Amino acid sequence: MLEIHDLLNKLEAGLNRIIVERQLTNPLMIGIRTGGVWIAEQMHQRLNITEPLGLLDISFYRDDFSQIGVNPNVKPSQLPQHIEGRNIILIDDVFYTGRTIRAALNEIFDYGRPNQVVLGVLIERDGRQIPLSPDCVGASVTLNADQRIKLTGPEPLAIHLQLIDTVA
Amino acid sequence: MADNLQLNAEGKLKHFLSIEGLEKSLLTEILDVAESFIGMNDQQIKKVPLLRGKTIVNLFFENSTRTRTTFELAAKRLSADVLSMSISTSSTSKGESLLDTIRNLEAMFVDMFVVRHAISGAAHFIAQQTAPHISVINAGDGQHAHPTQAMLDMFTIRQIKQDFSNLRVAIIGDILHSRVARSQIQALNTLGVAEVRVIAPKTLLPAHVESLGVSVSHSLTEGLKDIDVILMLRLQKERMTSALLPSESEYFKCFGLTEDKLKIAKPDAIVMHPGPINRGVEIDSKVADGPQSVILKQVSNGIAIRMAIMAMAMQKQGVM
Repeated sequence: MLEIHDLLNKLEAGLNRIIVERQLTNPLMIGIRTGGVWIAEQMHQRLNITEPLGLLDISFYRDDFSQIGVNPNVKPSQLPQHIEGRNIILIDDVFYTGRTIRAALNEIFDYGRPNQVVLGVLIERDGRQIPLSPDCVGASVTLNADQRIKLTGPEPLAIHLQLIDTVA
Repeated sequence: MADNLQLNAEGKLKHFLSIEGLEKSLLTEILDVAESFIGMNDQQIKKVPLLRGKTIVNLFFENSTRTRTTFELAAKRLSADVLSMSISTSSTSKGESLLDTIRNLEAMFVDMFVVRHAISGAAHFIAQQTAPHISVINAGDGQHAHPTQAMLDMFTIRQIKQDFSNLRVAIIGDILHSRVARSQIQALNTLGVAEVRVIAPKTLLPAHVESLGVSVSHSLTEGLKDIDVILMLRLQKERMTSALLPSESEYFKCFGLTEDKLKIAKPDAIVMHPGPINRGVEIDSKVADGPQSVILKQVSNGIAIRMAIMAMAMQKQGVM
């Protein structure tokens, strides 16, 4: 079973390694709402990043707007005005199809042109639909098509494996 | 008028024609979504891809600067293609030519009409007649409604006062002919303010105005007591010629908002005006440009609120 603290430790170690390898000086960390922000808060603290955490709400950049409409719980994104030339560590909870990350990258680039973006996720699951993948993961898992991972938090952070109700 | 025309089968916004018939939860949702669009002003590229590939036509049968430009900017920030048309209403067979115009634009694969028209009910009429996939937004129809103006006013009020429940709001001026006032009264009452007070001479109030859910005052000095929010209305010059008022200077003396009169309201009261302002007629320049005025904030907020309404009306297009 997936143990949250192991995953957080593994993600932290992976991020530390990539910061050195890719020479990510003065990185800006951005969490994707909602679950990604909870993970990002942990990583932000563990990696001693002093600059405030950026918060990204990708609702207006989703590619399924014509099917699902506007998310009524949308919140404003909070990013620093100068993304130009920055090294960004983007954090999400679960990497699945890759569509969230595409939307997030599109939004980030509307704020400016970063130098590098690396992606860290707590859990990568199978089911990629576009050619994007995370740079560091807490764990990679293979699930059945009717299973999904749900994160609850922020206190306490917990991972749940759920069955999708295909009727609803 | 059939107000559920505004909602699709799932109860989501389809057309935005009037505040009447819309529930508090939906109005609040519009305000919340608009709040997120305000954050977009920090972006280097002030555009989101929500309505990419959609075509929006601004059909303005009546003059407008602010409303038309903010609708146009809102559509562009949503990445829609937008066409603004100013159409003369001189034709005698208005109903027929209106429908002809609509049919022609439909043939150009339009997805949304934003309509301003001098005749009350014009936007409803278009919503009823147009192809099922098309959404219609009312940008002001006759003396009936101007719901996007009311929503940007509600947004501005919430931005400054946070909560509606304890607010006493005064609407001052020509209530009788004002579509803005009608929509404001409906929105304020739906969102649950403590009191909506209309302040106007008897000749500029509709009969049985209390039935709209307002209290009435015929004196500015009396009416401004305990007021948190002052909504001024534009006094149309033609009201002078139609003998409803003696003169502009007389009106200003009794109902013009001056610094002295403003002191009667609560010290943190805000002053709003939908524009265009008649300085020295309904409002003194010192008040319009003063620290309690949020008139230009209203204009900025007009973009975000129109983005929210357009995006919400276009979601799940085709779901009826």
